[in-house]
Amino acid sequence: MISETVVDLSRLQFAMTAMYHFLFVPLTLGLAFLLAIMESVYVMTGKQVYQDMTRFWGKLFGINFALGVTTGLTMEFQFGTNWAYYSHYVGDIFGAPLAIEGLMAFFLESTFIGLFFFGWDRLSKLQHLAVTWLVAIGSNMSALWILIANGWMQNPVGAEFNFETMRMELTSFGELLFNPVAQVKFVHTVAAGYVTGSVFVLAISSWYLLKRRDLGFARRSFAIASAFGLASVLSVIVLGDESGYEIGDVQKTKLAAIEAEWETEEAPAAFTLFGLPNQAEQRTDYAVKIPYAMGIIATRSLDQQVTGIKQLIDQHERRIRNGMLAYERLQSLRAGDKSEANIAAFDALKQDLGYGLLLKKYSETVVDASEAQIKQAALDTIPDVASLFWTFRIMVLSGFLMLALFVCAFWASARKNEESKPWLLRWALWSLPLPWLAAQTGWYVAEHGRQPWSIGEVLPTHLSASSVSAGDVWGSLIALLAFYSLLLVIEMYLMIKFARLGPSSLHTGRYHFERKSGQAPAAQPALV
Amino acid sequence: MFDYESLKLIWWVLVGVLLIGFALTDGFDLGAAALLPFVGRSDNERRVVINTIAPHWDGNQVWLITAGGALFAAWPLVYAAAFSGFYWALLLVLFALFVRPVGFDYRSKLENTRWRQSWDWGLFVGGVVPSLVFGVAFGNLLLGVPFQFDDSLRSSYQGGLWQLLNPFGLLAGVVSLSMLSLHGGTWLMMRTQGAIAQRARQAALVLALLFLASFCGAGLWLWLGDIEGLVITSGFDPSAALNPLGKTVARGNPGWLGNYAQYPLSQLAPLAGILGAVLAFAGAGAWRGGLAFLGSSLAIVGTLCTAGFALFPFVMPSSLDAASSLTVWDAVSSRMTLGIMLVAAAIFVPLILCYTLWSYAKMWGKVTTAQIDDNPHGLY
Repeated sequence: MISETVVDLSRLQFAMTAMYHFLFVPLTLGLAFLLAIMESVYVMTGKQVYQDMTRFWGKLFGINFALGVTTGLTMEFQFGTNWAYYSHYVGDIFGAPLAIEGLMAFFLESTFIGLFFFGWDRLSKLQHLAVTWLVAIGSNMSALWILIANGWMQNPVGAEFNFETMRMELTSFGELLFNPVAQVKFVHTVAAGYVTGSVFVLAISSWYLLKRRDLGFARRSFAIASAFGLASVLSVIVLGDESGYEIGDVQKTKLAAIEAEWETEEAPAAFTLFGLPNQAEQRTDYAVKIPYAMGIIATRSLDQQVTGIKQLIDQHERRIRNGMLAYERLQSLRAGDKSEANIAAFDALKQDLGYGLLLKKYSETVVDASEAQIKQAALDTIPDVASLFWTFRIMVLSGFLMLALFVCAFWASARKNEESKPWLLRWALWSLPLPWLAAQTGWYVAEHGRQPWSIGEVLPTHLSASSVSAGDVWGSLIALLAFYSLLLVIEMYLMIKFARLGPSSLHTGRYHFERKSGQAPAAQPALV
Repeated sequence: MFDYESLKLIWWVLVGVLLIGFALTDGFDLGAAALLPFVGRSDNERRVVINTIAPHWDGNQVWLITAGGALFAAWPLVYAAAFSGFYWALLLVLFALFVRPVGFDYRSKLENTRWRQSWDWGLFVGGVVPSLVFGVAFGNLLLGVPFQFDDSLRSSYQGGLWQLLNPFGLLAGVVSLSMLSLHGGTWLMMRTQGAIAQRARQAALVLALLFLASFCGAGLWLWLGDIEGLVITSGFDPSAALNPLGKTVARGNPGWLGNYAQYPLSQLAPLAGILGAVLAFAGAGAWRGGLAFLGSSLAIVGTLCTAGFALFPFVMPSSLDAASSLTVWDAVSSRMTLGIMLVAAAIFVPLILCYTLWSYAKMWGKVTTAQIDDNPHGLY
């Protein structure tokens, strides 16, 4: 049996490295498109300021991109180092999108990013523009493939367990590709990235406007960011991944948990705006509810029910009992009884094999698990409700705050009076952390909400870990945390320094700190 | 289209292609970084070295990432057993690689001398450590890796980082470090001039000799030493589904030389390794950077093929339980996955080669200290 410490530490390490990685990814996704838009305007109008914008925001893009690449390296290998059994059990399906991501997206993005930075004098205007677009397309394609892989963890379609090889095997590549969960996740995630890029440009441009420097540069950046941001934040919210919650049991459980809906309610269910979920007692204290809202949000209908947690636990308990039978059959198949009757009996039960494996946490043999262990395993199928309830609300609140910001910013920018609204500029500046807050809480909802599964209804997390020692994982966890944090501090230092310097960092002689020669540059002696 | 057995063979070739692609491209930027503190004495000279690889290192590194993804997709058991077994070795490589993206981008953004020198040494470590560890890992593959599978195909590994650092493993590490550093040296000969090219040439001459000595030394060790290879003896059906425990494997393939006796053509691989190094040496001696680079490239292809041919059909032999050893026949994904991945590779690898070559062509030419002086803020 795998030690629970190793599993918990491995989860912590994966969560930490993934969340660090996702500090940089959304900004890359969004800024890449903003750069492509800015450069397109440059090529169409020939106005120098748009090239300067592309180069300056590109500089900040590069500072962020470097750490995205660094933290991304870990992700490609970490399934092998810390989740070896997972890698064996689902590599046949899960590995393919990762490899195709490399072939189709990483090569494109990484090859052309070099030309983006160093090709300004070597490429024609149109060639360089094409390069910038290819970087943006490449980064978004990589999001597509990784979300196909992640969507499959949430809703494992197009695959089947093979008792001969003791693993899941691909049966339909099309189903894997067009997994509805993956599709909505992709749209939601990349649009969230566009919002991140837009808030970033909007906030920093607002700061220049507040400081009343490089106004033409800042105004144009503000305008592009507010328009792109408004469109993006609308897609995040309207095309949010809520529709994904209809599909699959894991998503249903996640939905019930983030809404803290303990009992199945009459359709359409009420939305709990606020409350204190109490998982031990299975109730929500001090709940403030909005009638009908959840039924409409979650099922897009007035007559479909949202299944409550208690009902889900009952259903899962039945499936666990079925899973025990499936496991028993699997053992006899592995022992060599490959009679047709045995295979048919296993095939009839195997959709519940994963539920049987949940018992491995308590009983190595599974088949002789006690009643109490079965009950406990059924309770385990519900992730931590309170933290999901709150992180979801933080994410949604951040989203609506950003929507309000972009509506006001777009309106002001269209009427060309944002400079006379310092409240708006300050609001934009202080909104800078919001997209990251939303992204991090959003991933918490998506991935913690998937527990106790690493692959929904197929493979429990506690079976997925590698046979490594707790000491090994402690060591790597601490080392990664320390090194990542050091790099993050360095990144933030450079980012703030160059953001404060603004387009003067391009040394074109056209911007604020260069015009007052002899005075301002001396104030920034260490900068290049 | 292809039967399962052919697909398995094709994927052995494709994994090899990805690893060779990695060593040929990322190899020279790892090598150039390893040589950075020595061939570049002043800050400007070091910037020249860095800017020869600045537009390309990221694309080059994707060969490694894609090889990781392809292992996951095509040989999930190898991906699982190798990376969890070589836990600390892989983490060591990752930590060294972490320094590179930030080092390249951040180094020249501040003018502080200590800042820049710290990144230079970070880049040096980022070049040396992966080059060394990859070789050590390959050396240990030939020795056998202490892992085994239980009945549910869960792998367990008995050993740690220190056992990898045995004499043969370290010798293989020297082979790989000298090979990739040589490649970095010949690259710098092509792309720089003056004092930097002069120092790169000296480094290439020394490294070519070191590579020749260590590569031939490892060969002699296998030939005359007591390293025992494996052979599959029964229970083996190349077209069957995965079941690593269904075969029996015996010791009795001294020095992994069996394939070279059975298929004499495969002897071209070690020959190419030696000839490549000689060519690199001669090219460097004659001040012909392009020729030397061709030589170091040939040495890389020859060396990787030498290791691959020796092990075939094994890819990860076990020293603990010979039957758990992973081979090209039984470490693989399902036929459908291999087929789909082959289509993806057939479409994208040629495309990647085209645009990679285009990007090199666009950025070609000598990088000089004068260029750095002209554009101190736009270049790395």
